[in-house]
Amino acid sequence: MLKILKYSIFDLMRSRWTYIYCGFYLLLTMSFFWLSTDLSKTIISLMNVILVLIPLIATMFGVMYFYNSREFAELLLAQPIKRIHIFLGQYLGVAISLSLSLLIGVGAPFIFYGVFGSGEIWNYMVLLMVGVFLSFIFSAIAFYIALKNENRIRGFGLAILAWLFFAIIYDGLFLLALAGFSDYPLESFAMGASFFNPIDLSRILILLKLDVSALMGYTGAVFQKFLGSSIGISVAILSLFFWVLLPTFGIYRASVRKDF
Amino acid sequence: MIKITNLHKSFGKNKVLKGVDLLFDKPGITAVLGPNGSGKTTLIKCLLGMVIPNDGEIYVDGKNVARQWAYRDQIDYLPQIARFPENLTVKELLKMIKDLRPRKADDQRLIQLFELEPFLDKKLGNLSGGTRQKVNIVAAFMYDSPILVLDEPTVGLDPVAMIQLKELIWEEKAKGKTILLTTHIMGFVEEMADDIVFLLEGKIHFNGSLKGLKKQYGQPTLERTIAEILKQSKVVISEAVISEAVNSKVVISEAVISKAVNSEAVINEAVNSNQEKALITNNCSTNH
Repeated sequence: MLKILKYSIFDLMRSRWTYIYCGFYLLLTMSFFWLSTDLSKTIISLMNVILVLIPLIATMFGVMYFYNSREFAELLLAQPIKRIHIFLGQYLGVAISLSLSLLIGVGAPFIFYGVFGSGEIWNYMVLLMVGVFLSFIFSAIAFYIALKNENRIRGFGLAILAWLFFAIIYDGLFLLALAGFSDYPLESFAMGASFFNPIDLSRILILLKLDVSALMGYTGAVFQKFLGSSIGISVAILSLFFWVLLPTFGIYRASVRKDF
Repeated sequence: MIKITNLHKSFGKNKVLKGVDLLFDKPGITAVLGPNGSGKTTLIKCLLGMVIPNDGEIYVDGKNVARQWAYRDQIDYLPQIARFPENLTVKELLKMIKDLRPRKADDQRLIQLFELEPFLDKKLGNLSGGTRQKVNIVAAFMYDSPILVLDEPTVGLDPVAMIQLKELIWEEKAKGKTILLTTHIMGFVEEMADDIVFLLEGKIHFNGSLKGLKKQYGQPTLERTIAEILKQSKVVISEAVISEAVNSKVVISEAVISKAVNSEAVINEAVNSNQEKALITNNCSTNH
């Protein structure tokens, strides 16, 4: 599997999209620094962009890479290699190179503006960690969808739909539910519901760490009230881990049954 | 060496293999023949574990291959369509395959044989169909495995390369390998194959020696024999189709008639009830 991972990463290092993605984050972070030199504010502004964009880019990248590397996969399938290693290797290749682009794109400006030695270092680390989690989660979801759908157009459509659901529709439904049942105590429902959306979980995680109650929103406040900041953060990280494992297991199941 | 029992595979509603039993126990060249869509490639892909059968077992060297992978080291496979990662060069591709399958590989000799040196640093996406097929052949033949599976090996080859391919296959046969091949070129089969497996509509129609097949159908060449088999089977098929069509027409026309009768009854009823209604309203108006 490590060999396949190696070839996937080599392949992606040649792709100009990896560099475009990295350059985009570099530009974005620089422009936020240009607008304000306050590290904490920059982290919050970046968070808002990252929470929406990382899932979108990871989803698109994952689907695109899977369909583009079908020939490679077919070549490997005839070799004495375990099937699951082929697809896990490719998935990890995508997730790792996306994470690297993010770390370089967002990391370099922060180092340049002196994040080391400031009090914001841990907040910044949490931001990066969440970014890496989201890259892994959404590229796994994308791989799962692509494995399940032979038709590329359908695969792309479903992947975008999945992103749209987690990034926008889910919040809308959540708000509707809160408004509709506002006469009832909804704390536990709200907390439970936020576990089902990795983007919500990430947002809560960062805001708990930054301790910005004004931006925390309903679920964040519930999290803090019931679990306290530190347990809340641990629970959120644990759930994000679970969110990586779930679609990865899906990739395993789908790849074992697929015909090529 | 290879044993296949009761193999079934369908893609959705399309049943491709309907109970295939095969045994390849002696070295030699077996040609798997059959019209387009008869399940040749599916059979080969099942053997390689690329397609997962719905039912039935495949044994290689006495071991069931379901969900296994290590047995593929025993098989060299030439896929039907040479699909390679487009942005790799020929050299990188061969290096990668050797890296993934670390075993003694004899690629230099094959590269020389097919005169591929000038293409080594070219990207696979820019190669012509014939050159791709040569690369495909090099990738398949560079290992020395006891089983060789060739799916349409002659596609796109010029006559010189074709002769070299034939010599290569004979060489491998002389080493005592089990070789499976599919092709649509009957001359190639007649020259190369010892045994024939003829697939028709997902079932084995004939399994035996090339001579036996020609004898059974009383034709001088393989091409005519195959044509004869297809003609006979087509007669059977068309008869079945016709009888089915006749039957369904009978059913349809009966249904139409009964519907027509029924609808007549309905119309009559409607007319009657309308008349009744009219009578009632008339009565009402006269009463007022």
